Amino acid sequence: MEPLKLIFLLAGAVTLLSALMVVTTRKLVHAALWLVLTLAGVSVLFVLLNAAFLAIVQVVIYIGAIAILIIFAVMLTRGSMDDTGPQTNRRWWLAGLIAVGLFAGILLLVVSEPAASAGVPAEAPGDSLRQLGLALVSVDGYVLPFELASVLLLAALIGAIFVARPPDAASEGGEE
Amino acid sequence: MIADPFAWVYAQLTRLLLSLGMTAVWAQTTLRFVGAAVLATVLLVSTFFLIWGERKLLARFQDRLGPNRVGPWGVFQTVADFVKLIGKEIIIPTHADKVVYLLAPLLVVLSVVGIWAVIPMAPGVVGTDLEVGVLYIVAIGAIGTLGIMMAGWSSNNKYALIGAFRSVAQLVSYEVPMVLVLLVPVILASSMSLVGIVDAQAGMWFIVMAPVAALVFLVTSIAENGRAPFDLLEAESEIVAGFNIEYSALAFGMFFVAEFLHSFTIGAVVATLFLGGWRGPGAEAYPLLGFVYFLLKTLAIWFLIVWIRATLPRVRIDQMLGFNWKFLTPVALGILMLTALVDKMSAAAGWNRALVLILANAAAVTVILLSVRAYARFQRRTDQAKGLPAAVEARPAAAH
Repeated sequence: MEPLKLIFLLAGAVTLLSALMVVTTRKLVHAALWLVLTLAGVSVLFVLLNAAFLAIVQVVIYIGAIAILIIFAVMLTRGSMDDTGPQTNRRWWLAGLIAVGLFAGILLLVVSEPAASAGVPAEAPGDSLRQLGLALVSVDGYVLPFELASVLLLAALIGAIFVARPPDAASEGGEE
Repeated sequence: MIADPFAWVYAQLTRLLLSLGMTAVWAQTTLRFVGAAVLATVLLVSTFFLIWGERKLLARFQDRLGPNRVGPWGVFQTVADFVKLIGKEIIIPTHADKVVYLLAPLLVVLSVVGIWAVIPMAPGVVGTDLEVGVLYIVAIGAIGTLGIMMAGWSSNNKYALIGAFRSVAQLVSYEVPMVLVLLVPVILASSMSLVGIVDAQAGMWFIVMAPVAALVFLVTSIAENGRAPFDLLEAESEIVAGFNIEYSALAFGMFFVAEFLHSFTIGAVVATLFLGGWRGPGAEAYPLLGFVYFLLKTLAIWFLIVWIRATLPRVRIDQMLGFNWKFLTPVALGILMLTALVDKMSAAAGWNRALVLILANAAAVTVILLSVRAYARFQRRTDQAKGLPAAVEARPAAAH
């Protein structure tokens, strides 16, 4: 067996198991920590696919920012540490159905794609990072979605400042 | 063999593994794991001497003798401390979250040791030449933040939790200017790989071309390390010991080791990004010499960090945040835009790149100092107008 295949199987198993734990564990903070492990597993899969940039961005954004914010929010919410309510509601089968349908759809798409059976994509020729950067700002590439995303983020930033601003602008106090 | 001992050892080990009947792929994979284990072990063992060195230096700064009982000049003091720590009990508080509680120190150590995976220590000696090495350093730091959060939450102690909250306020916000100035060497080298950045400094170190970025990076790194003057995460006089209050024995030792190793690691990162890494006269022919240069540069920055720790008092929490958001972040943004613009222009016009960048940096420093002075005057005038006494409130910007 190839070592890469072994690592792939291990990472895949860890990702799936921890994803299962995210939705079944009772403590919210634990769910968030399992989510971190799931995301880390996905980033290992990215590394195995020769997509180092995506792997690192996965860690920076999803673990470094989003997961930490989730944990922070959970910690600040009183009484959310121990959830004792039922874990499912009456429509759990509907969610299950949608999930299975989605999975089947993705599977169908992947199997019908000829590139999927080719295995690990070859090391990108030259500087793949440079190509990605150029594609993001070139007019033939993705400049419009890129700029739209920037404007969206800027709007969110301004909105956050507006919401966080104390009603009396003059009383610029400390943190507490 | 003398010329390049690293390559020689690698070749010997590969031959040994191949003679044991391994395939080439497995031999390579095994050697990767062995290399990672050796690197991590050497780093953790070297921490013994880093802690001793730091204590000795701090003592000298404070006109004391420092550790001087165990071994010559007290060199083995940390070993004795470590033996004591091993012998103690790891106390787990009641209602603490056991698994998370024990996992947290490991993550914190991992986040520091992990940085070394991408740092080129000598020509050809690097854990892995990652195409996105600079981003990797940021990513692995995020895991340290996570570890501190886990430690603070799982201890089931309010001081620990406050320490964890502070850590998020500090570590996440100082990441903003740090990532921004990290882009400056990336622009100058037009590469995100640390090996590429070291190669691009063959002619001129980046500290010459980007002194402001280097300084901002050093300051934010110290804050990321949670070290004086930014040691609010564990401010003894305010929140007892912060996020690690409940930890004892080796579990505490892990946090301790991580903090001291982190300052050395910052030295290595700064040396790589701004001081040319292993570059120096004759380093390419003799990798061992390159390693010596790398070590000397790293130790110089490490000494600077210890010096700062011994000199500056702890800042208040509002000063800490204000300094970051009102001073460092705008400066980092400005210097990033300036560097990108000036570098592009000098490349187009064929000017001397280093000279133009130095002039741009000098202009930036002048503007920063003038605006800090203007801000201080404005503040003083408003204070007087309100009838307040002359403000005692330190303006952190003035220190730089």
